Amino acid sequence: MADLEKKQNNLDFNQEFRRSRRRIINFLNNNRRALSALVVFIILMLLFIIVNPKIFLHREIYEAIFRSLPIRIVLALPLVFVIVSKEIDLSFVSNMTFSLWIFAATANAGWNPFLCMLLAILAGALVGLINGMLVVRIGLQSMMATIGMKFLLLGLVAGGSNIIPIPLTFLVNTPFYNTFVGKIGNFPVQMIWAVMALVISMLLFNYHKFGSQISCIGDNLESSREMGINVATIKILAFVYVGIACGFAGVLSGLTYLSFYPKPGSPDELMLAVLASVFIGGTPTTGGVGTIFGAFIGACTIRFIETGIIEAGLSGFFTQFFMGLIILLALTSHKFHKSH
Amino acid sequence: MKTKFLELKNISKSFGKVSALKRINFYIKGEPEIVGLIGDNGAGKSTLIKIISGIHAPDCGEIYINGKRIRIKNWSVVKSRASGVETVYQDRALAMQQTIARNIFMGRELTSIFGFVKSKLQFSEADRLMRMIGFTSKVFASDSAVLNLSGGERQGVAIARAFYFKANLMILDEPTTALSLTEAQKIFTFIRQAKKGGTSCIFITHNIYHAYDVSDRCVVVDRGKIIMETDREHNTVEQLIKDMQKIAQSNGKVKEDINNGRS
Repeated sequence: MADLEKKQNNLDFNQEFRRSRRRIINFLNNNRRALSALVVFIILMLLFIIVNPKIFLHREIYEAIFRSLPIRIVLALPLVFVIVSKEIDLSFVSNMTFSLWIFAATANAGWNPFLCMLLAILAGALVGLINGMLVVRIGLQSMMATIGMKFLLLGLVAGGSNIIPIPLTFLVNTPFYNTFVGKIGNFPVQMIWAVMALVISMLLFNYHKFGSQISCIGDNLESSREMGINVATIKILAFVYVGIACGFAGVLSGLTYLSFYPKPGSPDELMLAVLASVFIGGTPTTGGVGTIFGAFIGACTIRFIETGIIEAGLSGFFTQFFMGLIILLALTSHKFHKSH
Repeated sequence: MKTKFLELKNISKSFGKVSALKRINFYIKGEPEIVGLIGDNGAGKSTLIKIISGIHAPDCGEIYINGKRIRIKNWSVVKSRASGVETVYQDRALAMQQTIARNIFMGRELTSIFGFVKSKLQFSEADRLMRMIGFTSKVFASDSAVLNLSGGERQGVAIARAFYFKANLMILDEPTTALSLTEAQKIFTFIRQAKKGGTSCIFITHNIYHAYDVSDRCVVVDRGKIIMETDREHNTVEQLIKDMQKIAQSNGKVKEDINNGRS
């Protein structure tokens, strides 16, 4: 009898062991993209530390990077949703500039900055809504629709503002300023907001119906429709989410650089850097899968490459060359992590 | 006799100038039954089931569910599902890169407050379900991607989906086309199991032997019309084929005689 019980226990243990092993394998498999992005980032950081330990073991450089990095993180995370649904938004940087303009103009007119920020976010969301409507209701391809929107917004901002910069220095050290870009000790507060954006986006993408449904849409549009997912609403919501992020990122950038200045041409570099963050983070353009954490790591990777290459003593002129090289290497590494 | 679960009367549907269905009458009994829907490509089978599952609204005609007339303008996927109709499309109905659990609960996630998905519950329910319908493979769990499954297993996921939501009527769109003989037999077993559990089934195929094997009743569609309807009890498969040939050759004219003669 005791023998039988022992055997049964053994069997149970074996089953339990096999089950937990399978769970671990599945976890690694399901998160392989984010993990491989993380590995690339760690290797990169180790390289930088080895090449220039004086700079990279000191907190100054991190303080500097954490001031501007959050803007990119806030922009990159919601893009994952749009890209997973097999769409793209190329108007997000213009949308950010547009929202910043709304914020700067109203704040400069003496309105309560919290209200101005709300307006900026609403403006961004409205642009997102229009993008979504153009794609879902009118049926335009998202790439073309958002390229159109990009120029439209840039033109609107340039024409509306007459390209006259609006200084935002009067906001420095107000409670509003300290809430969003102040410092706790030496740590820039905006990084906390970026981490909050990460948490919210991860919750939405990994644990909410929204993320589950948008993955299904990008994976198999026809079937999602047949299974009763409201494809139109979900896609529009993804564009609106990007718009909201643009509004917030606009305010952050206004507070970080303390001015609104619509320089024509410059947004494209930021746009490509943010898109590259999403891609090297491990979200492919083929739809259905993506990773929020990967995009976060991707944004960090790109930002550190930009500074790191210069600090490592390589000529600044070669920055983009090395950036391109590392992006290609990172993308290649994802190819080796295909599902089996 | 119980009220018919589903009844379509004089249903027509055209796409532009092409008329896909011409005044079709079709029903599913109140008691569970398996109906084989047979016809060539383009005969109108798909249009018919798409109307039943609410993807297409018919141009005209009447739809009754449990004897109650439904306004055809209000007929939709949601409504069709709410009345217990589940459609199992081959593996194209699955989102390949998503987990088994996510596929089973696609569009009907088990959520808690604020729409957060109860992942653990979904995984355990999916595991239970897969075991119940006879999945013995230990290689995968409900959190593995569908991509890793074989053709038959993928179909099983789609069937499990219908089964979980306790469908009154399950529509299987060519379930055996891509499968080996043994895997097809598995699906037949499951369909019979579902009937015992109280689920009727429409089984679409162009393989007449498959249809005859498993069905209580065969309905033959050709060029947008139901040209023949026959009880399995009153017919052998050879007779069925012969009759179909006769109708095809005569362009549908002898249809009345054959159907009348048999009923």
